[in-house]
Amino acid sequence: MTTKTTREITLPTEPFAVNIGPAHPSTHGVFRMLTTLDGEVILNMEPIFGYLHRGIEKLAEERTYGGCVPLTDRLDYLASMSNNLAYVLAVEKLAGIAVPERAEYIRVIMAELQRIASHLIAVGAFLNDCGAFMTPILYMLREREKILDLFDMVCGQRLTYNYMRVGGVSQDIPEEFAPALKKFLKEMPGWINEYEWLLKENEILLARAKGVGILTREMAINISASGPVLRASGVEWDIRRADPYSIYDRFEFDIPTGKAGDCYDRYRVRVEEMRQSLRILEQALKDLPGGEVRSEVPHLIRPPAGEAYSHIEAPRGELGFYLVSDGSIAPYRFHVRAPTLINLTALNDMMRGWKVADLILIFGSIDICLAEVDR
Amino acid sequence: MATQFLPPDWPGNFWAHWAVFTVIILVFLLLTVMAFIWFERRAMAIMQSRLGPNRAGPFGIFQPAADALKLLIKEDVVPAAGDKVVHWLAPVVAFVPVMMVFAVVPFQGGALLADLNVGVLYIVAISSLTAVGIFMAGWSSNNKYSLLGAMRQVASVVSYEIPVVLSLIGVILLAGSLSLQQIVQAQEIPFILVQPLGFLLFFCGALAEINRAPFDLTEADSEIVAGFLTEYSGMKFGLLFLAEYGEALAISAIVTTLFLGGWRGPLLPDWLWFLLKVGAVFFFIVWIRTTVPRVRIDQLMALAWKFLFPLALINLLVTAVEILVWPDVSLWLLVPVNFAVMIVLVLLWSKLFKLGWGRVNV
Repeated sequence: MTTKTTREITLPTEPFAVNIGPAHPSTHGVFRMLTTLDGEVILNMEPIFGYLHRGIEKLAEERTYGGCVPLTDRLDYLASMSNNLAYVLAVEKLAGIAVPERAEYIRVIMAELQRIASHLIAVGAFLNDCGAFMTPILYMLREREKILDLFDMVCGQRLTYNYMRVGGVSQDIPEEFAPALKKFLKEMPGWINEYEWLLKENEILLARAKGVGILTREMAINISASGPVLRASGVEWDIRRADPYSIYDRFEFDIPTGKAGDCYDRYRVRVEEMRQSLRILEQALKDLPGGEVRSEVPHLIRPPAGEAYSHIEAPRGELGFYLVSDGSIAPYRFHVRAPTLINLTALNDMMRGWKVADLILIFGSIDICLAEVDR
Repeated sequence: MATQFLPPDWPGNFWAHWAVFTVIILVFLLLTVMAFIWFERRAMAIMQSRLGPNRAGPFGIFQPAADALKLLIKEDVVPAAGDKVVHWLAPVVAFVPVMMVFAVVPFQGGALLADLNVGVLYIVAISSLTAVGIFMAGWSSNNKYSLLGAMRQVASVVSYEIPVVLSLIGVILLAGSLSLQQIVQAQEIPFILVQPLGFLLFFCGALAEINRAPFDLTEADSEIVAGFLTEYSGMKFGLLFLAEYGEALAISAIVTTLFLGGWRGPLLPDWLWFLLKVGAVFFFIVWIRTTVPRVRIDQLMALAWKFLFPLALINLLVTAVEILVWPDVSLWLLVPVNFAVMIVLVLLWSKLFKLGWGRVNV
């Protein structure tokens, strides 16, 4: 009798599909998640992307090797310097070009500054997705401005730098750069502490982010995740250490890792990485040698026929460029191993069973840049 | 004792009284809401190291007026598949109760529209009606985000309403009356000192009631894109927006009246004290908004049922026993006792209850 009554008052429910994106404030671009919801609970999530596809890989086949550098700016526009670096390293490997010592140091300085700038956006956007109304991201944008000013000093650009060249960098750093960087290095630890002081141990943030969106160690390795997403799952894998490129074998730094692989760990790893980047920057600035910043490279590079793959630890993970040369002035094949696209592959598994609010959080914690995902 | 701004029986005649105070409440509400929107944006801007509105008029003070004008001349879009009547009705249903709350709020001694002898009950009943308007807005928009927002609203109403009411009973017990006028008169010392736990619980619940951070899940900007507001434009949006800030203003006024001693204060005129206290409470709400992240819907419900509700019951019990045992004791004596009770209870409960524990399916 009682069961019958219960059945009578149970309302029939059915799952319904909700499009989250492509125009949604928390998709960080034009990403679409076709979710199947049961109330608030996510039953399934189907990622749909390609809204920002510009055919960069095909465009590059029509350009000279030097002319591809501006294209790489447009990949992950929050980390253009890293993209520049990854690309020129690949060309240098393909053509066997040596780089002056000073240029190597300048490249490292730029890449690490870029990592801090990118992580500032990532952490700020993540906290914004948590619902901390604009405050953290505005604090972090304030410091990112200072990094952009530094970039402005060296190359006149604030977003798409086009600074690295095959065989070096486009121009030497100006005189005022080193004092400005020193000042930044002195002030930045205090600012990072300020962000930590804002929300690190906040009870609501812990409740929201701890244990949510777990990417296990095994799964992270299986999907070949990289960058902070992989390290938050407890894998100590950093290409700067595992396969040192440029001059990273000369610097001392730690690789911060998480344990659980949840959203909170990913946030923590990024903040710690900013601190490690500051350490590298200090060492690089101290040892910065004099000399040329660009080796003699012909205007039109004609690498011998062959192929090369070069990868770096970009802020968002392993950014690789695979170049095939047929001996002409343009790459025959130009392939980008975009870390964010590969980190996204576990999204459905991480999200299933969580709620809409968590979906935003998990997606934010992966920290993607749609320009790189879609290319 | 500061001079009375108006004589208590002013303006005398029933209908004159009704007309004058209706106009006062309308004007007060509209102007104060606009001032508070400006105030919130400026205060938030300072907290977030930016400038905020600073173009329209001195310090951008006419920015809300410009925004209101813009909303007035905007096209009013109704979703083709939406329920048009309900869609039209929802902003009204949401806004009217907000104004009605002010009918019983004393701006100073005697200066109120109606000194109801069931004032607190009236406020509790009326202010929860806004949730109906919000649910109507979410339902009639025929938008999935709006529906999610509406569902969250209903789920949270049933959770926070009970602790809010229970935490108010302590105040009523102390004052011995439901009339807001008499509650203020009973506050020899502000009841926030005598009822610290009650204030804490009420304020938590009130934040949920007015959809403010950290409980702003009904309109969660980064999740469901303003929820029930998604499909609203033009002045209907303006009215819902007004209702929301009006609610925040109403809650500030209620907190002021019930816990902060209403219009009472030294030196300054009474009505100014009232406004200052309301502004202070509102500033506190803004401060919280810029500081904390948002909780999840199940966490809000868990907080309401497992933390606020039992503590509200215990607070009620403690207050009732105190009143029964020491009916004539000075309120000052209750202050340390109740603060001790609050600290012990909150510490104890925070051991028993953690926000992230357990997942409740909604």
